[in-house]
Amino acid sequence: MIRAFRNAALVSPAADGAATLVIDAEKIVSIGQDVPEGTATIDCSTLGRSVLIAPAIIDLGVFAVDKAACRAGGIVRVGLMPDQSPVLDDPGIIQRAADMGKPDIWVHPIAAATRGLAGTDLAEMAIARDAGARAVATGRRWIADSGVMRRVLAYARDCDLTVIVHAEDAGLAGAAVATEGETATRLGLPSSPAIAEALAIARDLLLAEETGARLHFRQATTAAGFELIRRAKARGLPVTCGITPAHLFLSDIAMSDFRTFAHVSPPLRTESDRQAALAAVRDGTIDILCSGHDPRGPEEKRLPFADSSPGMAGAETLLALSLGLVRDEVIAIDRLFALLAANPAKILGLDAGTLAPGAAADFMLLDWEAPWQIDTDRMAAKAGNTPFDKLPVQGKVLRLFKGGTELV
Amino acid sequence: MQASDHRPAAQIKGGAVFPHRHLTGIDGLQPHEIMFLLDEAEQWIEANRSRAKSDKRLEGLTQINAFFENSTRTLLSFEIAGKRLGADVVNMHAAQSSVKKGETLIDTAITLNAMRADVIVIRHMSSGAVRLIADKVDCPVLNAGDGSHEHPTQALLDALTIRRRRGSVAGQRVVICGDLLHSRVARSNILALTALAAEVRVCAPSTLMPAAIERMGVHPFTDFDAALDGADVVMMLRLQTERMSGGFVPSTREYHMRYGLTLQRLARAKADALVMHPGPMNRGVEIDSNVADHASRSAITEQVEMGVAVRMACLDVLTRRARGVEGWA
Repeated sequence: MIRAFRNAALVSPAADGAATLVIDAEKIVSIGQDVPEGTATIDCSTLGRSVLIAPAIIDLGVFAVDKAACRAGGIVRVGLMPDQSPVLDDPGIIQRAADMGKPDIWVHPIAAATRGLAGTDLAEMAIARDAGARAVATGRRWIADSGVMRRVLAYARDCDLTVIVHAEDAGLAGAAVATEGETATRLGLPSSPAIAEALAIARDLLLAEETGARLHFRQATTAAGFELIRRAKARGLPVTCGITPAHLFLSDIAMSDFRTFAHVSPPLRTESDRQAALAAVRDGTIDILCSGHDPRGPEEKRLPFADSSPGMAGAETLLALSLGLVRDEVIAIDRLFALLAANPAKILGLDAGTLAPGAAADFMLLDWEAPWQIDTDRMAAKAGNTPFDKLPVQGKVLRLFKGGTELV
Repeated sequence: MQASDHRPAAQIKGGAVFPHRHLTGIDGLQPHEIMFLLDEAEQWIEANRSRAKSDKRLEGLTQINAFFENSTRTLLSFEIAGKRLGADVVNMHAAQSSVKKGETLIDTAITLNAMRADVIVIRHMSSGAVRLIADKVDCPVLNAGDGSHEHPTQALLDALTIRRRRGSVAGQRVVICGDLLHSRVARSNILALTALAAEVRVCAPSTLMPAAIERMGVHPFTDFDAALDGADVVMMLRLQTERMSGGFVPSTREYHMRYGLTLQRLARAKADALVMHPGPMNRGVEIDSNVADHASRSAITEQVEMGVAVRMACLDVLTRRARGVEGWA
């Protein structure tokens, strides 16, 4: 069945001011063309005052498959981190993970780079790839042994898989739950210096350059880290990095009063690093925005800060928070959806993430000015552990389509 | 800060002088509130020295000392303080190994609450744990030390000791030396002493110096001799044994060489400078015996004595609302 969505601004490089999206079954047919007679049309202007048609979000690096949160957040594809129980290092487990989201979301498993994520022995990357893995990752941790990391990168290059890295030098990070600075000192929390990140990034960049591997830093969060990545990109290395809204919109002050919802990994940074993150989004150093979705219930969060588990539930707030970057004129809306959809698709090797004729009809109708309030008690996610509790935001997903099928 | 914050406590009537439900830290206390607690403690010093030490004002109230971390001195001090005020004191001594998970911590808090405790004193090895419990119970909570965060009654007893021996805290040059990185005593003392307008110097090897400590209004030193210059008070911190052997300092003898308080070193401070230590001491490591036992200079046993008085004052003040004391109910 052919359907036309009319009277909404399209977020697409091909749009050129057009206001109509035509889809046929699961594919996009045309953008901005005349609508064939007899086509079912949906007048988007009746849905809200500021409706956009935008690509559905591809969330690279989530820790849980959370359909309700993804639906609320406009996400139809997730890159699932290997840190599951059991770890994604076996073809059967990877295949099962790939099926977990059906029929509502695509789950693209990211396999463990080392067996059991232990950081010692190479995992079966080629077998994992054939089982559906789209990349390999070091998981929540950094691989401390440089010899192991060099072999991981070289072998992943052979398998044509991107290596997704957590960048925190293990020796400096230790048992830290905070970044060194006034807040951690006042609270008496174990902390590590911000250069723990740059140190890890520097090593992995050197090894990636030597081995020719593609490298993606799941999160880069410090000024020194961005500078290293910026220079590597300028030299033409195939390196990318991401960030979550937590590090873009919060500094370590959010941990005051021992708020465990602000316990994330890597820990929240100082305000100057946060400003550097905004600059890195602006100048293109940061390639993707991701939620890092990691729902944690009270049994893991209602604890003394250092004993609580890191992580935040971010899937349903990713879009609304990211739209703040457009409102604050850090980036334009086209670039925002490159960060949220097109770029993650490239890293995962997916033919998705943009609105273009012939592409899968994965898209959302979004009222980008609709106001709402983030509320930890009213989250769609499996748990409401958000450091943005009570924050007023704008941007609501009105309707969400995956391959032309509406998700409700 | 406005001038009105420095009103003498005596001019404020009733509960307004100390409007806090709990004592989770020095952080958040106004200077006049700290002074009020010190003033309240004064009355118990003389009372404790007399033969009839008991008072009945907390009679019928249940005080639970919930210690999740090993302690002898602080637990004893709180127990004596409660008993001298007539409270029924119960000690819950959870061994460090058996209660480690916070899930149990919250459950324990709810359990203590259900037992209708009237005041709970808590020590825990995790920073912020006491505040977590305070949010879950209906009665006043006193922090007896949480992780590397705060130990407010220690800071109060230290301030009281300094005030009595030096006449005032304001203007005193106080040197705090030792493992600042892991010390809750240091944090609470920095907050209390700077609030009371002392000049605070902190001294430690860089491996034990917290980042951005100067943002707390203190002057950091790595050279103990330089820090001691002209000091009115020298406060030594305990160096935990597990941190002495290579992790943070190379050895106890090297630590003693650089940071041990000897008589010779003490000569750099003022001639009548006071020596303090929260105990228990590592004699011969951070402090020499002839300094620790110095008749006129050492205030270490006096600190222990002030500890009971300060804790009596805190227990009394925090339970006033529940006891319906006039002006506090």
